[in-house]
Formats: sequence, structure tokens, C-alpha cells
Amino acid sequence: MSSATPTEGTAGGTRRRRRGPRTWLAALPLIAFTALAFGLPLGALLFGAVTRTDPATGATALTGEHLSRSLQGPYLGSLLGSVQLSALTALIGSVLGVLIAQAVVTSRSQALRSAVLTASGVLANFGGVPLAFAFIATVGISGVVTQLADLTSLGWNLYSFGGLAVVYLYFLIPLMVLVILPALDGLRPQWREAAQNAGAGGWQYWRHVGIPVLAPSLLGGFVLLFGSAFAAHATAAALVGGSVPLVTLKIADALSGNVMVGQENVALALGLDMILIAGLVMAIYLPLQRRSARWLR
Amino acid sequence: MAAMTPTAPDVTPESGARAAARPTTPVRTRRRPRVWRGLVLGLGGAYFLVPLIASFVFTVHTPGQGVSFEAYTALLSADGFTQSLLLSLGLAAATIALSLLLAVPALVAVRLGAPRLRPVVEVMCMLPLVVPPIALVTGISTVLRWGPDHLSRTPLYQTFLAVQNEDFPFVLVLAYTVMALPFVYRSLDAGLRAIDVPTLVEAARNCGASWPYVMLRVILPNLRSSLAGAAFLTLALVLGEFSIASILGFRPFAVWIVSISGAQARMSVAVSLLSLVITWLLLLVLSRAGTAQTGTPGAPRTSRKES
Repeated sequence: MSSATPTEGTAGGTRRRRRGPRTWLAALPLIAFTALAFGLPLGALLFGAVTRTDPATGATALTGEHLSRSLQGPYLGSLLGSVQLSALTALIGSVLGVLIAQAVVTSRSQALRSAVLTASGVLANFGGVPLAFAFIATVGISGVVTQLADLTSLGWNLYSFGGLAVVYLYFLIPLMVLVILPALDGLRPQWREAAQNAGAGGWQYWRHVGIPVLAPSLLGGFVLLFGSAFAAHATAAALVGGSVPLVTLKIADALSGNVMVGQENVALALGLDMILIAGLVMAIYLPLQRRSARWLR
Repeated sequence: MAAMTPTAPDVTPESGARAAARPTTPVRTRRRPRVWRGLVLGLGGAYFLVPLIASFVFTVHTPGQGVSFEAYTALLSADGFTQSLLLSLGLAAATIALSLLLAVPALVAVRLGAPRLRPVVEVMCMLPLVVPPIALVTGISTVLRWGPDHLSRTPLYQTFLAVQNEDFPFVLVLAYTVMALPFVYRSLDAGLRAIDVPTLVEAARNCGASWPYVMLRVILPNLRSSLAGAAFLTLALVLGEFSIASILGFRPFAVWIVSISGAQARMSVAVSLLSLVITWLLLLVLSRAGTAQTGTPGAPRTSRKES
């Protein structure tokens, strides 16, 4: 849920290796813990997703059945639903986030800037259950704004795909502001002046200077928003229950036994699908983050 | 205001350059940005403020009955409120303690004498970002099911039962620590980057300080703001966490809010609003602490950016 800072660069003083051969022992608890609390569940997930245990004989055999079932029927629908919702909200969130960040940068008001940054820091973390309830109180069936503006007669429904998108944007836009503000700061006024002196108009400046310089940050931000929306479960669970097909909701259903026995392995396979998609997202995001860091200093 | 001073000289030549450029591009360029800026900020502000205001109105105003603060006053006596809040706070405290105990020595060690471990530690701490909580919990529940299935005759079974104790589900602490590691890592890494650990340690050791003394009195005080940042992010994460706890069948704060929402909609919204306000206050306190303690202008900005 958070923006990454570039992690390149070296430690302050890595040259002193004579400082005792046993310093690495201090890292051992962390490694052991991660192996136990993270590696073990992950291994179990992977193992369960690709194997099947015969209840009668107890024999375990390798199978692609769960994975292929996780890519069929309602499960595929939920995966696609999640991807669609995440892509749509990430796109809208990126555009609106950039607009807000640009408004803050151009206003050059220190008070506005710190207010927006603090608010974004809080709101980007305001996901989950409380967010869902704030929106239920606002634009839910008996919500304050719904009553005031008579939204129901306009065809508004919070407990739908569109409703979820509006709710997700509440934490995605601030996230984009946090990610993109430093990048917009990196656009030096001198570049714009140089472009203007060379006879470029506003559009030409953005087309040939602004957007290319921002591109890695923009794409990185989009991908980060996508990952955030894709992994979100609590908001959707508290809001729509099951009426919108989302992969996180499907997994939760399967795990809490709302479906027939034997579906747990499909839940594991869906979990694996999610990890693959999220891994892809991070594989795009981290190199981009590194590239965009070049312009920020 | 002191923070403004260094930026002021930077601004002046810029605006001077702008003033020089202005005659060529007349009033138009100054006017238009203001309109769209006002529009963007106004609409943005409305989108982010309306749900907060409407939620507050929802909790205090019942159509036809007028204004009452009952949703807030009834909270303390509400069934399960104190219990679930205390459980969440306890889990948060344990998670903060565990994650810092694991991460601080590892990160300091990597800086001091094991640079080759650095990528390993970084990847280990960052990997949880790739795994959505819901996927992590599928794995955890599978592992927990091994208990009754395969291990019921071994002493390990008792451990499995103990970590799932209703009163204090330690398995949640394990899961939350995994989820918190990326944030803790980043916060601590930023803090360690700002100080020269080997020099500090060498100086302290040459003065005859013991290792515990070096850690407690030299390294940790220098990391105060990043430790606070890590602790705050972890606290916010644990207080708001819903997926893992609800699927494993425990009832900390977020799960409790959902469980009362059917019968007491007003109260669930009131609690949600309160949790936002509390988070906000914590963040403000944190950014103040950051500015007051380290004189460097970079430190508070980093913690804010990371949250």
C-alpha cells in the first residue's frame, strides 16, 4: 500500500569487514523468521495449488487441475473482474492524482503543499473497513448524500462495480499524489523556460519534455495503484459482500467454507494466480522506480 | 517557518526568470492555470471531504429525530468494543516489538559487517509486498490445518493450538509481522542511510562501550524518528487489518466493526470515523517528532512519503 523509495546506493561504510566474522549472526533471526512465517505458508500455498491428495489412500499426486479450474467459469470471471476494476481505478486514479499533484506544485504554496501531503499520507492508508462504512454513510442506500441528492432515482448504486470504483479512488488518488509529487517537483522550471525560448508551446513542452521525463514515474504509479486495488479485500468485503465478482472475495468465500468441500485447493490456486499477477506488477514497478529516481535529484 | 528560509533564495531567481519571460507570453498563461488549479483542488477537496462530513452527519443526525451523540457515547459500553480494541492494541504492540527486534539487528549487522547479506535481507523484507494478504492467509490456513491432520500425536500440535489461542492469537502476530516487514525495512533503511553506522559504532567501541550499550545508547537514539515511523505504520496496519483475522476466525477491532454494522450502523460509522481521526493525529505527532528531533529537512518528508 505504500510508495517505494529507490533502494539503490551503497551502505555508508561497507568496507570494514574485519569487524568480526559473526556480525551476520544478527541477521539470522530475521532470516529464520521469514522462512518460517512467510516461506512456510507460501510453500504450502504452492504445494496445495499443484497437488491433489486422495482422501482414501492419502497418496499425493501432482496435478494441474486446480490451476486450470481457477482459470475457468466463475473463478476466471472473478479474476477478470478484479483485473478490470483495478485497471480502471488505477487509470482514473493516476490521471486525477497527477492533476491534483500538478495543481499543488504550480501553486507553490507551502501550506497547501504540506496540507495535501499530510492528507494524502493519511488517506492513502485509509483503506479497508472504515472506508467502506464512510461511503455507506455517504452514498449508501440510506446515506446522507443519497438522501439529499436523491441519487437512487438517478440510478446510483454503491454496491456495484461503479460504486466500488468510486470507493477505491478514495485511497488510490492520494497514493498517486504521494508517488508523483516528487517527480513533478523534478521537472525544473528552467526546462519549460528553455522550451518556451526555443519557441515551443505548452502542448509541445509536455509532449517532448514533460511526459517523457515523467513517463517512468507515471507508469510506476499506475502499476502501484493497480497492485493496491488488485490486492484490496477488506473494503470490498465490507461493502458488496459477493455481488461484484472479485478474486479476493472468491478466495475468502472458498476458505471460510461457503462453498463445497474440496474447493480449498482452488482457493490456493487462485492465491497463486494473484501472487503471479502481483509479482508481475512489482517486476514492472521497481525498475521504473529506479529509473525515475534519476531525474529527482 | 525556519524550514522556509533555505528555499526562499531558490525561488527568487526562478520567479525573476518568470517575470522576465512574462512579457513574451502575456496574461493568458497566468490566468488559465489559476482557473483549472482552483477547479481541480476544489473538486478534489469536495470528493475527499464530503464522505467525512457526511459520515459525521450520519452518526449524529437521525432524520426526524434531530441531533444526538449517542453513537459515540454508547461506544464504551458496546458489547465487544473494549475487548476487540484491546486485542488489536495488544497484537499491534507485539507486532511492533517483534518486527523491530528482528529487523534492527539484521539491518545494523548488514551495514556493519555483512554487506553481502544486504540484497538477501532486502529481498526477504520486500517480498511480502508481492503477496496480497488474502493469498498469505490461504497459505497460513493450509499450514494450520496440518495441525489436526498430521501432527496430532506430536508435541508440535500443542504449539499449533497455542498460537491459535482465542485470547491472544499469536499466529496473527506472525502474519502481521510479515506484512509489516516492508514498511519497517524501508523506514529503518532510510534512517540508517542518514547516519554513519560503522563510524558511530567504532567510536563508541573505542571508548569502551559494550555492544548492548552501543545499540541502546548510540544507534537506537539516532534512529528515533525512523523507529517511530516504523512503529506508527505497523500500528495503523494492525488496527485496520481485516482479511487475515476474519478468515482465521478471530475478532480484533476491524472484524468487530463489521460484525456490529448490521445491527448498529450508526455506531460502526462512528468508530470508522474515530479511527481515521486517531490515525491522523498519530501521523501529525509523528511528523512533528521527526522535525523536532533530526535537524535534517529530509527526514520528516521521507516518513510522510512512505506512509
